[in-house]
Amino acid sequence: MEAMIQPLGLALDGLLALTLLWLAWRVLASADLFKSIVFFIAFGLVMALIWVRLGAPDVALAEAAIGAGLTGALFLAALSRLRQGEEGMANGTHLRRANGLRFGAQAALIGLLIALFLALGFALLSLQNEAPGLSREVADMLPASGVSNPVTAVLLNFRAYDTLLEMGVLLLAVIAAWSLSAAPKEAVDAPGPVLGGFVRLLLPPMILVSSYLLWVGAYAPGGAFQAGAVLAAAAVLLLLSGRSPRASGWLGWPLRVILSLGLAVFIAIGLALTFAGRLFLDYPPDEAGNIILVIEVVATVSIGATLAALFAGGRPQQDKRE
Amino acid sequence: MTPAILYAITGIGLFVLGVHALTRRAHLLNKIIALNIMGSGIFLVFGALAYRTPNGVSDPVPHAMVITGIVVAISATAVALTLMLRLQSKTGAAELPEQSPE
Repeated sequence: MEAMIQPLGLALDGLLALTLLWLAWRVLASADLFKSIVFFIAFGLVMALIWVRLGAPDVALAEAAIGAGLTGALFLAALSRLRQGEEGMANGTHLRRANGLRFGAQAALIGLLIALFLALGFALLSLQNEAPGLSREVADMLPASGVSNPVTAVLLNFRAYDTLLEMGVLLLAVIAAWSLSAAPKEAVDAPGPVLGGFVRLLLPPMILVSSYLLWVGAYAPGGAFQAGAVLAAAAVLLLLSGRSPRASGWLGWPLRVILSLGLAVFIAIGLALTFAGRLFLDYPPDEAGNIILVIEVVATVSIGATLAALFAGGRPQQDKRE
Repeated sequence: MTPAILYAITGIGLFVLGVHALTRRAHLLNKIIALNIMGSGIFLVFGALAYRTPNGVSDPVPHAMVITGIVVAISATAVALTLMLRLQSKTGAAELPEQSPE
């Protein structure tokens, strides 16, 4: 039986790899930007399948929700703003340059890239076929980590610094986007009855799924990032259906508090631990599970709000007149 | 050929395709998408190499780092897109000029 499954599995792997490369080619070669983005979303979904084949369901969830879903939504929103900007111009001052490279330069570029591929491939093939990496060390320390999903243990305990700095990166991204521009005042038409009703039906299950992913991350695939991405998707749907809380005062300091809460609580817990005589972010094994849960809950809310704010594309403008 | 090596080579292929598009496409949105494809290729190499464990259970440390990487990638993409839109509103085009104006 094993002998039958092995070649079948390898054939499936080969098919997925070829599909991925073909989709990447379609993404990069399409002349039409919209087509390119749609292929990019499909690319992300195939990528998620490959993560499952590689025994990484946590990464597959993150890839499908963030890599394919939210990144695709960001690209589509940027494209529609680009088009609006072009319409604003007199006759679209295109700098479309007829592919500026001469034949020699083109050939040199292709040659260089093939050499790069061969060099990296050679380096890869010279690696050992079996390498346990750090999996044994993680398995040994897992009982002291407070959770039983090894990926969550690495993210929030063993390498908590990574996640702390990542929350900082998210906050910095929002600050950068807000400093560069104000959110466009899109005249969102009143949503049709289908979208409006659909959003109303979909939001409660999405919040439920998000909470489930957050809770289950302690012992099964899931966690703060996947849960935050689902929350962000719910917020994006709300924004698309024109139900943004524009006039309600939500976009002032409450939004800023939510955006920075994840990082602030993370740092506060780290500092509290140093005052208790331990190292920064060195959780006591008995309390580690609870500490991780607290950090994950606030991180989920912050990640969701941050990703949604990045989708909105600039600092919120409050209508004072309303 | 093991699945790990197969997917790692696919990842290198994605990276190289991305570099090609990054240098050849003029439109900045194409360039940002190309950067994302390059990033996916790097994640795939990293994740595939984590699959080389003898007992068939992947190494969780690279997985956690790839999840971190995916989130950092979307943050960088969002800032890049905002910069692109800003450039368009200043110059009228979301492409880099061929030569810097004298």
